Parts: sequence; structure tokens; C-alpha cells
Amino acid sequence: MLELSDITAGYAGNAPVIRNISLTISPGEAVGLLGPSGCGKSTLARVAALLHHPDAGTLVVDGTPVRRWRHRAPREQRTAFGVVFQQARLSADPRLALTDLIAEPLRATGRREGVADRVAELAATVGLTTDLLSRRPHEVSDGQLQRACLARALVLRPRWLVCDEMTAMLDASTTAALVRVVEEYRAATGAGLLAVGHDRVLLDRWCDRTVEWATLTAAVSADDVAIR
Amino acid sequence: MAEITAEKAERPTVWRSHGTDRRSTRTLRLRTSAALLTVTVLAVLLVPPLVQLDQQAVDLAVKLQPPSPQHPFGTDDVGRDLLLRCVYGLRVSLLVGVAAALTATVVGTAVGATAGALGGWVDRVVMRVVDTIASVPHLLLGIFIVAMFRPGVWPVVISVALTHWLSTARIVRAEVLSLRSRPYIDAAVSGGASRWRVAVRHLLPGVLPQAALAAVLMVPHAMWHESALSFLGLGLPTHTASLGNLIQEARGSLLAGQWWPTLFPGLFLIVPTLAVAGLAGAWRERINPRRRSELML
Repeated sequence: MLELSDITAGYAGNAPVIRNISLTISPGEAVGLLGPSGCGKSTLARVAALLHHPDAGTLVVDGTPVRRWRHRAPREQRTAFGVVFQQARLSADPRLALTDLIAEPLRATGRREGVADRVAELAATVGLTTDLLSRRPHEVSDGQLQRACLARALVLRPRWLVCDEMTAMLDASTTAALVRVVEEYRAATGAGLLAVGHDRVLLDRWCDRTVEWATLTAAVSADDVAIR
Repeated sequence: MAEITAEKAERPTVWRSHGTDRRSTRTLRLRTSAALLTVTVLAVLLVPPLVQLDQQAVDLAVKLQPPSPQHPFGTDDVGRDLLLRCVYGLRVSLLVGVAAALTATVVGTAVGATAGALGGWVDRVVMRVVDTIASVPHLLLGIFIVAMFRPGVWPVVISVALTHWLSTARIVRAEVLSLRSRPYIDAAVSGGASRWRVAVRHLLPGVLPQAALAAVLMVPHAMWHESALSFLGLGLPTHTASLGNLIQEARGSLLAGQWWPTLFPGLFLIVPTLAVAGLAGAWRERINPRRRSELML
């Protein structure tokens, strides 16, 4: 279970971006989160993936309450999430070749043996050819880079996947390919998915359940009314 | 047919010559700077061990002679050869400049990267300390530090290094702060990277070009500082030939109309400075065409 309850979060010195949002994802479930841009759905995804410390609220991951975020979170808890960001260009270190990009989480967590095999396996899964692997981010296209970023997200075999508008910048065929890779991974491992986006057709086809951002905030307003 | 070919041939030539003009100015500046710096560094490294001449040799019979074939730069007020003194002086000044710039860059990068990478109250405290130190005029602070030791090369290095890491710390911190908020750092955190790994693998390589550029530009600045301290009589011991000492000793003869004892040490200070500035400018254009980084003096 991934349980977000009453999450309030924002960025230093400003009013909260999201207020009292609750969302629960069952194990193995794929939830799509739909909303207009700027509404705070990426912030919620970052909170869920332990990348952004909320101001209030609780997060329970597989029965364990999360008390610390980012570097302070235990490594096993952090690496339980595979995150794919919207802009592949910005989410790839410009100095690392794609091989190193994909292998980085393995090296960072001290799993140094079998790195080459795992990278080759994942590259095949996401559809990257070997000649692309030695290139650096500026030498490949957005689609190819996003494939590498997806491979990086999968390399530690996470129990949860957070795709923050993963396909917003991509063409239809790459979108289809990446979604298929995610679904094959989920079918094989039973991982849960939080897919954020504003493409209703895609999320309806992809996810078990699609949640409108408006219904999450509406629930809050109704609660507020009830309390008053 | 011939006319068409001629026209075709002519147009690209005109267009290209415009491009080459700009590029050749840049290349000329780069080559001149590189050549001057090479000559300077070679002279400084090779002359003392290879030439068996004593820079301290006093010959009162030839004191204050204008430049001549025997003494291309003339002689000083006790008859020492100024060319030799200048080369030895530049050797000391360059040593101080390089050592101080390296130390300042290492300290500045470490402090700036720590402040930027940790953020929060660490960043606030460290940067306020930096502001506090920077609020004291740095020549004054340098004089204070150098006055705590016996005169020598290393006190000057320490004094210049300890007063010059601040700008590097600020540059590195700003750069780290901007890199830290990039999604690829989030991706690294999510991939289980420790703070140390994020800093060493993702942040430091990103700031290294800027830090290296700051270090290179710091070398001439540190040389000028060494000269200033020596000129004030606080830097190197007076018997050591350093550019500052040479200029300081020659002040009296300048008033008497003898220009060579001050002109040549001055040129020895200015030429490497301009050469380093030229090289650094070319390098800056390569690593980041949009950012301006200037020589601080």
C-alpha cells in the first residue's frame, strides 16, 4: 500500500501548493492522476517518491510510516521508488554516458557486480541499441534519453513506479513503447504505479483507475464544510 | 559559364573572409598569450638552473647603467643585472601566485560546495561568515596575516590564499545551488545515492570548469598581491628578488630619471597578467560563451 493522507506541501517561504490531499494506491495497482498544469500533482508525486518533504500529513509505504525524506530517508525506502521525470534532458546528468546513467543507481547502492549485464538487459527491454549506450545525453534524442531514464528507474527493481508526465514530450510511438515497458515490468513484478499526466485518453487506457485532481481537492473542501 | 563559376566562387570567399577575420583575431590573441606565457614560464624555470650567473653579484663600478648589450635591462643602484633579477623575481612571484591561487581555489571550492550542497542553516551560517570576512578590506587582512609570521614566501602564500578563497566560494556555491535543484539530482537521490556521492559524482564535476577558470584568473591577482605586500615592505625579505621588492628598491632612482629599474619589473608583472587573461578569456568562451568572467585586480 502507498497511503498519502492529508498531505500539505509547498516550497520554502511560499503558501502551500497542495493542501490536505489524500490518495491511496493498493499494491500492484496503477493509478493515473489527472490535472491541469500547475495544480500541484507533480509536488504530490515528489512527496510520494520521498523527494519532497511535506509540511504536514502522513505517508505510509508498505506498512512503514515515512518520517524522513530525501537523503535522510533510509536507502531501502528511497530505492523502493523508481521515478521517471517529465523532461529527460534535465533529469540526466549531462556528463554521464547512457550506460553510466543507467548503471548509476547500482553503483550508488554498492551493487557493482553484474552491472554490465543488467544494463545490457535493461537497454534491450527499453529498446536502446548498443551504439547509443556509449553516447552522452546531448548526443541522443529526447525519446532515446527518456528510454534510458526509464531503464534507470527500473534498474533497482522498485516496488513502486512514479511517472511524472513521463510521456508529455514524446511522440505517440515512443509513448506506446515506454508504457508497454512499464506494464511488462509491472506484470512481472507486481509493482504499483502512480502516473501523473494531463492526457486523459492515455491515462484511462494505461491505468486501473484515474483520479481527477479536482476530486481530490473537492473531497477536502467537503470535509472542511462538514467540520465547520 | 565562366562568369557563373566566378560569381559562385567569389561569394563564399567574401562571406568566409568575414568569419576568418573574427576568428583570426581570437586566434591571434590566444597564440600571443600562449607564446608570451610559455616564454615567461620557460625563462623562469630554465634560466636559474642553466645560467651560471649570480643575481646577487654586486658591482658598484656599473651601478645604475641604462640598458646596454651587456645588461639588456640595465643595472640597479648596486650594479646588479636587472634582467637576471627580474627573472628571479618573476620566479618567486609566480611561485607565490600559483601556490596561493591553488590553495584559495581548494579552500573556496570545499567551502562553497559544502554550503551549496547542504543548504539550510549550514549554508546561511557559512555564507554569513564569508560575508563577514569579505567586509574587511582584503589587503588589510592580508597585511594582518602576514604580520603574524616572519617574512618569507609561505606567509605571503598563506596571506594571499586566506584572503582570496571568498570569491571562489561564492561562485562555487551559486553554481552548486543551481545544479542542486535539477531533476537529475532528484533522480540520483531516488537511486539511493548518498550526499557524498551526489556531491562528488554530480555536483563537483559541474562546477569544476568554473572553479578552474577562477583559479587561473587568481594567479595574476595573487602575483599583484605579493608585489603589493613586498612593495609595502611586508612581504618577502628585501634581499630576495621579487617583482614587488625590485620596484620598491627602484623608487628612489625613478625620481632621479632612471626609468629602467622600475619599468622592467613592472613589465614582468603586466605581461604574464595579460597573457593569463587572454588565455582565460579564450577558455571562458569555450566552456560558456554566455557567462562573463573577468580578471580581478
